[in-house]
Amino acid sequence: MSPAAWSIQGLTARLGGRLAVNGANLVARPGEVVGVLGANGSGKTTMLRAGLGLIPAEAGAIHLAGERLETLPEARRARLAGYLPQERRVSWNLAALEIAALGAPDLSPARAREVAAGSLARVGLAGFEGRGVLDMSGGERARVLLARLLATRAPLMVADEPAAGLDPDAQFLTLELLRAEAGCGAAVVVTLHDLTLAARSCDRIVVLHRGRVVADAAPREALTPTVLRQAFGLDGALVEVEGEPVLVARRAP
Amino acid sequence: MNRFATLPVLGGLLLASLALAILAGETAMTLADYRAALFYPASPVAEVLWTIRAPRAVMAALVGAALGLAGAALQGLLRNPLADPGVLGVSASAGLGAGLTISLGLTAIPLAIEGAALGGALGCGLLVTALAARFRTPEALILMGVSLSAFAGALSALVYNFAASPIMATEVLTWMMGSVANRDWPDALTALAPMIIGAALVGWSARGLKMLALGDETAALSGLPMARLRAAAVAGAALLTGASVAASGVIGFVGLVAPHLVRRGVGDDPARTLAPSALTGAILLVLADLAARVIPTEQELKLGVVTALFGAPVFALVAWRAARSWRG
Repeated sequence: MSPAAWSIQGLTARLGGRLAVNGANLVARPGEVVGVLGANGSGKTTMLRAGLGLIPAEAGAIHLAGERLETLPEARRARLAGYLPQERRVSWNLAALEIAALGAPDLSPARAREVAAGSLARVGLAGFEGRGVLDMSGGERARVLLARLLATRAPLMVADEPAAGLDPDAQFLTLELLRAEAGCGAAVVVTLHDLTLAARSCDRIVVLHRGRVVADAAPREALTPTVLRQAFGLDGALVEVEGEPVLVARRAP
Repeated sequence: MNRFATLPVLGGLLLASLALAILAGETAMTLADYRAALFYPASPVAEVLWTIRAPRAVMAALVGAALGLAGAALQGLLRNPLADPGVLGVSASAGLGAGLTISLGLTAIPLAIEGAALGGALGCGLLVTALAARFRTPEALILMGVSLSAFAGALSALVYNFAASPIMATEVLTWMMGSVANRDWPDALTALAPMIIGAALVGWSARGLKMLALGDETAALSGLPMARLRAAAVAGAALLTGASVAASGVIGFVGLVAPHLVRRGVGDDPARTLAPSALTGAILLVLADLAARVIPTEQELKLGVVTALFGAPVFALVAWRAARSWRG
């Protein structure tokens, strides 16, 4: 069997002195979409950051495609993993094509622009190549940044809240595009707050609660009433509507 | 302007402004004088044009180019349209180094002023970079820069205050005001060496500056050697600023205004802002020095005073626009 695209074992990491991730495990294999869920402050982003080497891990073993993260040169790490951070701030009014092309600094500028034009078309922004990103709506800018992630062509794509602040159609489009990447053999890891969207779009769900993994299974097995109550403080369950899972829940008393 | 035409057009404008700065001046000349200057190198008019005006104009161009490039590099590095060697205190720190060297009577040591100015600029550059990593909002960084600048200015004033003699005090004050008067060809050559190294470092860092538009995290995972590219940008900007201050004293606002003037023309790309900013800075300073020379005043205007008079209102305008975009 080929090695997992991303393997995090026993990860412990701090955020501002606080233990944000405490002995967490995560595995993402080629072809699957893994959703990392949890309440605010449960350690999702810290796990992704430490798992990619953006912040130091206090303990744990991290591998990208079977190679130890600590010994990976920067360029090799970039080829193995693409990252879309939660923060969507862009500092200069660069054209959409220029931003998307930044996903492929390993290619020649001309080739990078070709790849970038392709990924802009996939996110539905064909014809917007020359538009400055600061002249775009928040949703359009999010799509440009997604196009940059797609342009990395990395075998592991990690997206931190890619659906946050988007309209329903754009949320579905974002997850569809990431699913398509998985269909082409990439491993995809996303954090999401919309549990219904997560249950419908992910192959597997990892639920974090206070820095620990409390569930790691297919959506219906992971999001049980017990987990919903423990990790999210919700009374409820996933129900079937037209063959699709839908969360019905309210705040637990 | 078409972005491919930017560099040739700016290059042409720079040559034109250099020619104007060499031909025009307080000494009235006839056509015959100009002909003599061109064809008889030993004539007195040739002396005025080629050993007084030309090196001065070239020095203004070098300092303007260095400051324009340093400003563009700092703005890209810190993702902030208000960043500038002057605003962030890099110039004032270099000026402090030069002022200390003068007041301690060390000017006889070869390259002492240059070394002290470079050291001051580099120290402040590193401090600003460390602060930028700690305080992520653009406003916070500018405020830190303003306080650094004010502190370096206060220390310079202290050096001036304690100057051993009125002559020394005047010399320190001259550094703080900035001027390229009475510079000769060897002065220009001395300034050129660190400027070339600084420009090369900044040029190498260009792709990192562009990647930084997407934020630290994306840049860190982009595969580019970001730590080295950042260090190159800081060291390059500090070398350029230090060399400028060593050559001409503290001259403000060129580094702020030059990138601002060209940014739109190059699609807001921090990498492609660099070379046009250098050329624009050179043009601005050559013209500002020409103004300082020909505006009839009892005492010659200091170059730093001219740039501050024009630059400060532009700074206010840029701040106004930036503040609106941050709010949105």
